[in-house]
Amino acid sequence: MPEMNLVQAINDALRVEMRADPDVVVLGEDVGKVGGVFRVTQGLYDEFGEDRVIDTPLAEGGIIGTAVGMALYGMRPVPEIQFADFIFPAYDQIVSEVAKYRYRSGGEYTCPMVIRTPVGGGIRGGHYHSQSPESLFIHNAGLTVVCPSNPYDAKGLLISAIRSDDPILFFEPKRVYRAVKMDVPEGDYTLPLGKAKVVKEGNDVTVIAWGAMLFEALASAEEVAAEGVSAEVIDLRTLWPVDIDTIVESVKKTGRVVIVHEAPKTCGFGGELLSLVVEKAFLHLEAPPVRVTGWDTPFPYTLEMEYLPLQHRITPALLETARYVP
Amino acid sequence: MQTQAQVVPIRTPDATFADDVLSVIERDGSLRSETDPKLPQETVLRFYRAMVRTRIIDGQLERLQRQGRIGFHIGSLGEEACILGSAAAMRPNDWIFPCYREFGALLWRGFPLQTYVDNMYGNADDVVKGRQMPDHYTGKPYRFGSVSSPIGTQITQAVGFGWAARRKGTDEVVSVYFGEGATSSNEFHTGMNFAGVMNAPVVFLCRNNRWAISVPSEKQTGSATFAQKGVAYGVRGVRVDGNDVLATYKVVREAVERAARGEGPTLVEMLTYRLGGHSTSDDPRAYRAQDEVEQWRRTDPILRLRTHLEALGVWDESKEEAYKQEVEAELKACVAAAEAKAKPSLESMFDDVFAELPWHLKEQREQLLGGPRAKDHH
Repeated sequence: MPEMNLVQAINDALRVEMRADPDVVVLGEDVGKVGGVFRVTQGLYDEFGEDRVIDTPLAEGGIIGTAVGMALYGMRPVPEIQFADFIFPAYDQIVSEVAKYRYRSGGEYTCPMVIRTPVGGGIRGGHYHSQSPESLFIHNAGLTVVCPSNPYDAKGLLISAIRSDDPILFFEPKRVYRAVKMDVPEGDYTLPLGKAKVVKEGNDVTVIAWGAMLFEALASAEEVAAEGVSAEVIDLRTLWPVDIDTIVESVKKTGRVVIVHEAPKTCGFGGELLSLVVEKAFLHLEAPPVRVTGWDTPFPYTLEMEYLPLQHRITPALLETARYVP
Repeated sequence: MQTQAQVVPIRTPDATFADDVLSVIERDGSLRSETDPKLPQETVLRFYRAMVRTRIIDGQLERLQRQGRIGFHIGSLGEEACILGSAAAMRPNDWIFPCYREFGALLWRGFPLQTYVDNMYGNADDVVKGRQMPDHYTGKPYRFGSVSSPIGTQITQAVGFGWAARRKGTDEVVSVYFGEGATSSNEFHTGMNFAGVMNAPVVFLCRNNRWAISVPSEKQTGSATFAQKGVAYGVRGVRVDGNDVLATYKVVREAVERAARGEGPTLVEMLTYRLGGHSTSDDPRAYRAQDEVEQWRRTDPILRLRTHLEALGVWDESKEEAYKQEVEAELKACVAAAEAKAKPSLESMFDDVFAELPWHLKEQREQLLGGPRAKDHH
């Protein structure tokens, strides 16, 4: 089994699906000859040609708008937005059109597409190359939102996403792109959308994370284990519709929950997760739920490691929550 | 100092007869032989009847809205020629992406009047299941798109759709409607640019009806025309008298044939005039002079075509009256049927958000079904 990083695994998933289905096309800024600014689409242009790996004009609204047309015609477009920070010119198309087509047309038209885009900080990207806008999409009815943390999950989830009849936002944690390598099966395999994964079992406190922060959560779980605290770590993988059963089952076991995300705290997805936990497991809670998140500021450049909810902030939150006594 | 308004040629009803604007039907009802598409008489009569039918439906729907029986209508009073002429120019295998003022084009495609009226009522037989306000229809079986309210979003979609049709080996062409106000939107510029780069088989149909709600066309652009905006994008731009159904047909048909041959997109500026309000929610007396409206009534597209048909001796007042009664009776029956139909089911509110119902929508559907009902349904 070959070893792949996240970039290679996503590239491989695209290649597998493009070989299997001539209706799958990739489009975006710089995705063609150069293979994307992160090289995620490298080699696809040579294999599939300029009609299936399309270097578009520099306009995100046009990338998604034309992808909508392709999807309505029956193709499977996989548009790339170069950074999630630049997705906003396409926001109208995504939330007013992509997300609503099936519903507003009474099911006559569907708009299957996978919008791939790198998210997250910790790569010296400053405000406009670091943000995590997931909650802005989760809030809009009709969108599925995925954020894998590792190469194996990314490949299986991306293949499932391309085959899905629903439109999907596929957020790729760019800090992980080349940081993690693991065995990834060759060829075709899928992982179910909407299923979280308990990546470390524990009994004292549940920590929910995704994307790059999953590794910070795991590091903190290791750190607190040395102090006798057993943390259960959940990788959401699909953010929405979220795997509520896995979350509730874990919280019922531990009675305590810490939610970690890079996005700002206020109206971040953590707030929604926390509400769900309270609605569905209130009587099992033994400590106030805690969010460890980005601050409610624009994403900073020089001080980004102080902005991000890294291990140094997750560890004390886990200890405090696990040891909380009313 | 020259103001922006001064550099824009004043657009009047007479400007639609200008040399750079293709027209066919002269004021006296005769046809310009050099531009006449020379359609069979029965085809021209079909155009006429469709235009009259559109206008009758408009009037009746406005009345129903005033009576509180439907919530809204957005009509095409005065724009029938550019809508019907362009729709008729599309071949059966071509596609139409609407803005929201083109129910005439939808009906031209064979969409049943009953189904259209069901959409006006948002009842259980409404294709879009009562999820959108009136006049936000969808007609995929008729190769017709889906109406949404945000301005211009359909323009880039038509480009991708046309590109996909060509990639699949067809010669299908997509036409996409929008008003001149939409030429100010991001989507117009992006769509034109992508169409030029991708050589997409698209005909951009700009209904320049002079008013974007209350804003006149000279406040939308500093350009002398809207058609010239195509030039910078590598998109052919042409102007046509949009109150002349034969001219509109000819110009759009030519654009369709070019696109089908792989010769690229065309932007057609159809010069017309919105004789009514933006919608039933608008009162244009608040922002424009009645004189202007009266001037434009002189170029009423239906009267112009009727003058031509009467000159030929193939139409007269008795035929007009008989046809009006036929359409009114047809519509009356549809309205009665639509009003008798049930509302969409409560549980249908949750269908079609996703391909399959996820847990949170199942949960919310149960809450709705098991919970109290709202009072005062409209």
